[in-house]
Amino acid sequence: MARAAVQRRLTWQVATVDDVVHETPRVKTIVLDVPDWPGHRAGQHLDVRLTAEDGYRAEREYSIASAPGEPVAITVERLEDGEVSPYLTEELRGGDGLELRGPIGGHFVWGPENGGPLLLIGGGSGVVPLRAMLRHRERAGNDLPVRLLYSSRSLDDVIYREELDAASGGVVEVIYTLTREQPPGWTGHARRVDSELLNEVAWPPDEDARAFVCGPTSFVETVADGLVALGYPPVRVKTERFGATGR
Amino acid sequence: MSFVSRGFRGRRRDSDADPNRVPPGQYVTDGFPVLSAGPTPHTPLEEWTFSIANGGERKSWTWEEFRALPSETVTVDIHCVTRWSKLDTTWEGVSVDTLLEQVEHEAPYVLAFCDGGYTTNLPIEDVTDGKAWVAFVYDGEPLDPEHGGPARLLVPHLYFWKSAKWVRGLALRDENEPGFWETYGYHLYGDPWREQRYSGD
Amino acid sequence: MDALDGNAIGGLMLEIFSAEMTTATGTCAGCGAVAVLAEAIVYLEAPGTVARCRSCDSVLMVVVDVRGTKCVDLRGLSSLEPAA
Repeated sequence: MARAAVQRRLTWQVATVDDVVHETPRVKTIVLDVPDWPGHRAGQHLDVRLTAEDGYRAEREYSIASAPGEPVAITVERLEDGEVSPYLTEELRGGDGLELRGPIGGHFVWGPENGGPLLLIGGGSGVVPLRAMLRHRERAGNDLPVRLLYSSRSLDDVIYREELDAASGGVVEVIYTLTREQPPGWTGHARRVDSELLNEVAWPPDEDARAFVCGPTSFVETVADGLVALGYPPVRVKTERFGATGR
Repeated sequence: MSFVSRGFRGRRRDSDADPNRVPPGQYVTDGFPVLSAGPTPHTPLEEWTFSIANGGERKSWTWEEFRALPSETVTVDIHCVTRWSKLDTTWEGVSVDTLLEQVEHEAPYVLAFCDGGYTTNLPIEDVTDGKAWVAFVYDGEPLDPEHGGPARLLVPHLYFWKSAKWVRGLALRDENEPGFWETYGYHLYGDPWREQRYSGD
Repeated sequence: MDALDGNAIGGLMLEIFSAEMTTATGTCAGCGAVAVLAEAIVYLEAPGTVARCRSCDSVLMVVVDVRGTKCVDLRGLSSLEPAA
């Protein structure tokens, strides 16, 4: 019985799309019904596989956007030149099957047992696994302090904006930086995350914060290097790279 | 019957292509995918050389010397083992014949070597008689580093992994020593028309 | 295409080793650097998947899908230990 369950987890299975939710003009969240889902940890991802009628296949990975205990969901950004993301964000609908395997990952994961304070730094769709961590923390009734530094092109590109605004307060700080376009009267940050911004926002190294950095490769490398330069021990800085344009 | 994703077609594929130009198992693309096994090197031109290594002897050209050699513009179809083909690609390069003429050799094989450590092996007759170039212009522009610039080997009649990016020379060899991908399971020769993708095909 | 990291081959490693391997510790046969596989530099867009050492760039592991079978070359690692 247990062996069959393990085999299932390691192989491809067909989930059913429950709902496709608009997040931003380019971004949708796909809520899935996955038979025999074994549960997941915040920060893990799924591998998704699409197969055309002639057998042509494309495979991509997407971070799980929901917390452990919630229905499995992924948040997908439609990439200009994408092959899979346009299908997932524009064609896929409720009732469709979606082949996936997971959950995958043991490094870029967080749960209350891992301690804090938490420093979450996301670039673009890099916010997705960080949001799962935030939701997990909330659902677990955990009160570790957390700072989310979230870099987006513009306010319209901020994914989960209402949810993040509602979550902030008390020991939860959400700091946006809008790198390309700011709304009139914007008093927040308006540039790419650099060492000056990190210095302002990051917990000082003696707080022993757990840092999670996710987004395009160049973003992750700049930020991770910046945190280490601030004095964060490398073992406290966990990274997940998405690539500049995805696949 | 495995699962099929409703409505998924993949990248639009050009199906008006003359089927005689598309080897078995390939599809035609308009794009030019960038495939890499390592970081993109950025050798400054003043440090760049191309060499033919023949045992202990070496004939080298600096970038200026290389660019002073006669070059030609060719339009060829290219076929990647990952199944995409691109038709009518235009390149400018120095024919490998021009380079090999400068060296006395009898070696049956060459091993192309590149910045970043990539290598690939070829029989000498597959890089001579107008079959191969060291190309430095693609589609009218200097070859982009992500596509192998400043110069790459161009051997269009074989799978494109043989067209080594960031090429720095050819080592003449007595043995057909497997290069990078050949070592990891790809075919020693790589003829797309006989679908020689993997060792044993 | 940018390089990714070992998180991107978590699924592939699960398939090959039937175990979570992004937290496995590898020793680079080139320079001796010790790191978890999650931190390797990974190139996915190629005739095969290549993982390189973040310290010295040498190849740690190559996976080629040969007619449906995953062929794994681990000669670039002098050791690979799954997390306890």
